[in-house]
Amino acid sequence: MKILTGNDLKSGAVTWWDGVQWSLHVEDAVDVGDHADTILAREQAARRVNAAYAIEAVKDEGSVRPAHIKDRIRALGPTVRPDLTLKPADPEAGNWVI
Amino acid sequence: MYRYDTYDQAMVDARVEEFRDQVRRRLEGHITEDQFKPLRLMNGLYLQLHAYMLRVAVPYGTLSSAQMRMLGDIADKYDRGYGHFTTRQNIQYNWIKLEDAPDILADLAKVEMHAIQTSGNCIRNTTSDQYAGAAADEVVDPRPYAELIRQWSTFHPEFSFLPRKFKMAVIASDTDRAAMKLHDIGIQIVRNEAGELGAAFYVGGGMGRTPMIAPCINPFVPLDQMITYSEAALRVYNRHGRRDNKYKARIKILVHELGKDEYTRQVEAEFQHLLGQNIEPPLAELERIKAQFADPPFEKIGTVPTFEIDRSDPDFALWVDNNCLAHKQSGYIAATISLKPIGGIPGDASGEQIRLMADLARDYSFDECRVTHAQNIVLPHVRKDQLYALWQQLDAAGLGTPNLDLVGDIIACPGLDYCSLANARSIPVAQKIGQRLAAKQQEIGELKLKISGCINACGHHHAGHIGILGVDKKGTENYQLLLGGCEGADTSLGQITGPGFDEDGIVDAVEKATQFYLAQRGEGERFLDTYRRVGMPAFKEAIYG
Repeated sequence: MKILTGNDLKSGAVTWWDGVQWSLHVEDAVDVGDHADTILAREQAARRVNAAYAIEAVKDEGSVRPAHIKDRIRALGPTVRPDLTLKPADPEAGNWVI
Repeated sequence: MYRYDTYDQAMVDARVEEFRDQVRRRLEGHITEDQFKPLRLMNGLYLQLHAYMLRVAVPYGTLSSAQMRMLGDIADKYDRGYGHFTTRQNIQYNWIKLEDAPDILADLAKVEMHAIQTSGNCIRNTTSDQYAGAAADEVVDPRPYAELIRQWSTFHPEFSFLPRKFKMAVIASDTDRAAMKLHDIGIQIVRNEAGELGAAFYVGGGMGRTPMIAPCINPFVPLDQMITYSEAALRVYNRHGRRDNKYKARIKILVHELGKDEYTRQVEAEFQHLLGQNIEPPLAELERIKAQFADPPFEKIGTVPTFEIDRSDPDFALWVDNNCLAHKQSGYIAATISLKPIGGIPGDASGEQIRLMADLARDYSFDECRVTHAQNIVLPHVRKDQLYALWQQLDAAGLGTPNLDLVGDIIACPGLDYCSLANARSIPVAQKIGQRLAAKQQEIGELKLKISGCINACGHHHAGHIGILGVDKKGTENYQLLLGGCEGADTSLGQITGPGFDEDGIVDAVEKATQFYLAQRGEGERFLDTYRRVGMPAFKEAIYG
């Protein structure tokens, strides 16, 4: 599947296109098929996202897993600071990245 | 240390307001990201993996306690409670909001700091010896000359859009503690046989994808011509540097392609031309700067109870042996605070720790501290009889790790945990190696281990006795091992041992290399000495065999 990611203009936070708006959670990401360029142009022009791009990902047991480790780290947070990730209470969250 | 004059302050204040307006226009949609990006980068604001990252300049690594305290306050007020000290003697914050950036710069300006020229193809923060003004072996304090370079290079209109970024270092002792020969321009201040001071110019060094050691192009430029000579070296680069190819745009490629002799000839010709234009800053300005780097009021032996160190606490004695350097002033010592606790993140410090170090600089080191290129903090002027009290406070705050220049004192870039350029994570590898070899590090002795998460070499892996380079191998992290690199007077570049390793494999490989060293080392040999004597094939056999 092809999903969209970028950063929030004001906060810089990593965001994912959920079909309607930008979510902080990668599991909300939807397959955009062939519409990536259209959505990216519209959303960046409206300043709802910054430095956005399309990536490959796979559906994995209900979750969405970006194909590249860099985007998985973006999705979770720094593997060396679990307390600063989106899942600070989950000690196994880092395994999803690797 | 140097204090801003009204001109410096007005310039920095104006820049803050200019950037505030640029941020406002970006947030309101009047300018696009393509238009805004070069503007934010000129103010040290990057967009990294998780958020905006702000890189703050620490000129030649020197900070007052008030400046250090502000860095801690910024970590808590605007970031997530910590900062990361870098190999360019700067500090980076990883979780900055764009809308906060102007306020952060305004707070920095209150303590005479900024983030100008911490990005972009310009002259970056000039680095220096972290023990400047304290080391017993320096011919002069190099910082006034680094400050002169800072003033000359800041907003220099001719050098604002160089072919590529440009890094300078200034030292003043034969023991190079600033990796001087691995800079675009490295300057060593030397004294000639007549007793005069001059600048030896090393040009065309660097790490990155094409590591090179800078050759000396002029062993003695009179100090009152140092800026003119620097201008000549930059002009030749600006004229002929490869703007057509980003990967060949650094000055090291130009010096290599032209050849040292031809590059030097052109610099000397330009230098003669510039001498006639009288561009050197007036001597009075240098004297004004030098006066601000005068020695602090050291106390003389006899005026205080004792200057001897009580070594009865073995943990303290170990820290003294590892982390302290002889001072030029009898009765004083330069102390390094390691930011490399076992299993910790190299170079990271919490806001609370940063403020504590600021307080300790105020109370024990004449209000001054230094950031080192090895991502540690130095208190440069500590009275020996006060060292134990200092160490107790450091130790209680988790800042008393006795591992300077040992295998646990690892330089590591932020790597793929934070950096958008990285191909692999650096920090977890550093943590695992630090933990694996912690019990052995005193026995192993001096071993400088440096890790980069990509070919850009922010972690200085080329200069590590053991270097590690993280690469992307078909979508997975892979680590190349290098041996034999060294910064300093005997600078050398590490050589790749062979096929790379996965994350656990590289830790095993480093351990095998250290075990082989311990088995082979001769009397008094460091790891690097043994490697140079025994050679790569024997180490390779030990690692892969």
